[in-house]
Amino acid sequence: MMAPVDAFRSVDRLRIEAEGLCVDYNGTVALYDAGLCLKSGCICGLVGMNGAGKSTLFKALMGFIRPSRGIIRINGLPVAKAQREQAVAYVPQSEGIDCSFPVSVWDVVMMGRYGSMNLLRIPRESDRAAVRHALERVELLDLRDRPIGSLSGGQRKRTFLARAIAQRASVLLLDEPFNGVDVRTEKLMAELFLQFRDEGRTILISTHDLSHVRDFCDLVVLINKTVLAYGETAEIFTPENIAMTFGGLPPNLITGPASSEELEG
Amino acid sequence: MNALLAMSTPLSWLLEPLSHGFMVRALCVSALVGGVCGLLSCYMTLKGWALMGDAVSHAVLPGVVVAYALALPFSLGAFVFGVGSVALIGFVKQKSRVKEDTVIGLVFTGFFALGLVLVSRTRSNIDLTHILFGNVLGISVADIQQTLLISGIVVLILVLLRRDLMLFCFDPTHARSIGINTGLLHYLLLSVLSLAAVAGLQTVGIILVVAMLITPGATAYLLTDRFDRMTWLAIFSSVLSSLLGVYISYWSDSSTAGCIVLVQTGLFLIAFLFAPRYGIFKRRSLPAVISSQDGSKPG
Repeated sequence: MMAPVDAFRSVDRLRIEAEGLCVDYNGTVALYDAGLCLKSGCICGLVGMNGAGKSTLFKALMGFIRPSRGIIRINGLPVAKAQREQAVAYVPQSEGIDCSFPVSVWDVVMMGRYGSMNLLRIPRESDRAAVRHALERVELLDLRDRPIGSLSGGQRKRTFLARAIAQRASVLLLDEPFNGVDVRTEKLMAELFLQFRDEGRTILISTHDLSHVRDFCDLVVLINKTVLAYGETAEIFTPENIAMTFGGLPPNLITGPASSEELEG
Repeated sequence: MNALLAMSTPLSWLLEPLSHGFMVRALCVSALVGGVCGLLSCYMTLKGWALMGDAVSHAVLPGVVVAYALALPFSLGAFVFGVGSVALIGFVKQKSRVKEDTVIGLVFTGFFALGLVLVSRTRSNIDLTHILFGNVLGISVADIQQTLLISGIVVLILVLLRRDLMLFCFDPTHARSIGINTGLLHYLLLSVLSLAAVAGLQTVGIILVVAMLITPGATAYLLTDRFDRMTWLAIFSSVLSSLLGVYISYWSDSSTAGCIVLVQTGLFLIAFLFAPRYGIFKRRSLPAVISSQDGSKPG
């Protein structure tokens, strides 16, 4: 079953709903009473220090951890159901991937189609077309036969973005997408994000690179164990709020990527 | 003297052993087990489960002894203990602060020691050296049937789920996020590992079976950047090692298990030295692998 593309277009549909979310790891609270509501067609930045619960929230949205309290709905469905409909795509940080794995760019993007294939994962013509289209959009079609180990950081990032496109996911979760990418990739990704928004997809970007949030994100979520503030970037992204998010550091110190020392919670 | 004469022509080197029924059986079983383990070895090396393979193969010893004592098929006992050891490793790791490799080493040596004690305490005709070092030259018909069945199951699972298992090894996060049950795949792959260890035990014994489960995959990994090609290369090198090993052991009158694994190690060494792209003496003319035109900064 393919996710119908025109489902992206229903404008007032809620993509991500999270309410009263609590997550704890063996008694250590990672997230409490976190709430979030994102409609279709928006780019949202998720900003917080290391250990503030960004990746915990991602894991909860992908159903990897069961919240001890609260509910999550993706496209109005429980997470497991939304996953089976290929609604959620996760674009990993490059460091989390084994780059010496013997797969080509084409193979990786084809993995985005697995969920829509039969049990033996034999690609049909429509799957190949989706992969080709996705590779064209990230400008990697020429490199489709290259092993992923031979790509640059930016090209690799685009490969995983292409996989999310091929999956036809309506919700994209991106982990530090601008980390270690070249200028060309950064520009291309910014254009793609705007296109995704116009197509009705919702993009949640986890980052501590504040300048990018200011440039692309319609909405911003400030997080430190709970959602401190969220809303329109222009309203929420104030020096006071940012200082609060980063534990009272003066805002002029944190315009660059936050350093990990002592921010680790 | 006879052996030397026979070796003088390559054809008789190949054909003479085939006049013995036990050699034909040994060649067929070794090749089959080699192929099966070769296929699995791709997943083991890519997933980083070499130590797990070592653990499971050692942990089956008590199972073999118990099965003999209860007059059950030995592969059944071995399988139960193989899976049991894996479950125990997972449990101890989850419930304690001890690191995974320590837990693995701890559990499999414990199981192996239990097996040694059981062998010495059980009145039976179990030959410990056969279990430890293999006895493919003296394999019984019943054991051949068991090996055939086990191989069939392993190949069926690995072929049917090869795409899912590859994705599971490469990017389990993505696999989960598109609704694939990675927990099931994890335990399925471990069960397949236990089965393959049982099959490999017949040929090369408990001590060396881990070589069958990782060396062909490691050799193939040095030769290609394609998963499908890697699978075929691993199977090919593994079957070739088994056949050559059995022949060499026949003509040199030495340990069959030792010869098979030595040939595998030799093939790995050749790949390690001369693999076109990843060997030490790779051809200089190949273009640099990393393109620097994008000037990406390290994350």
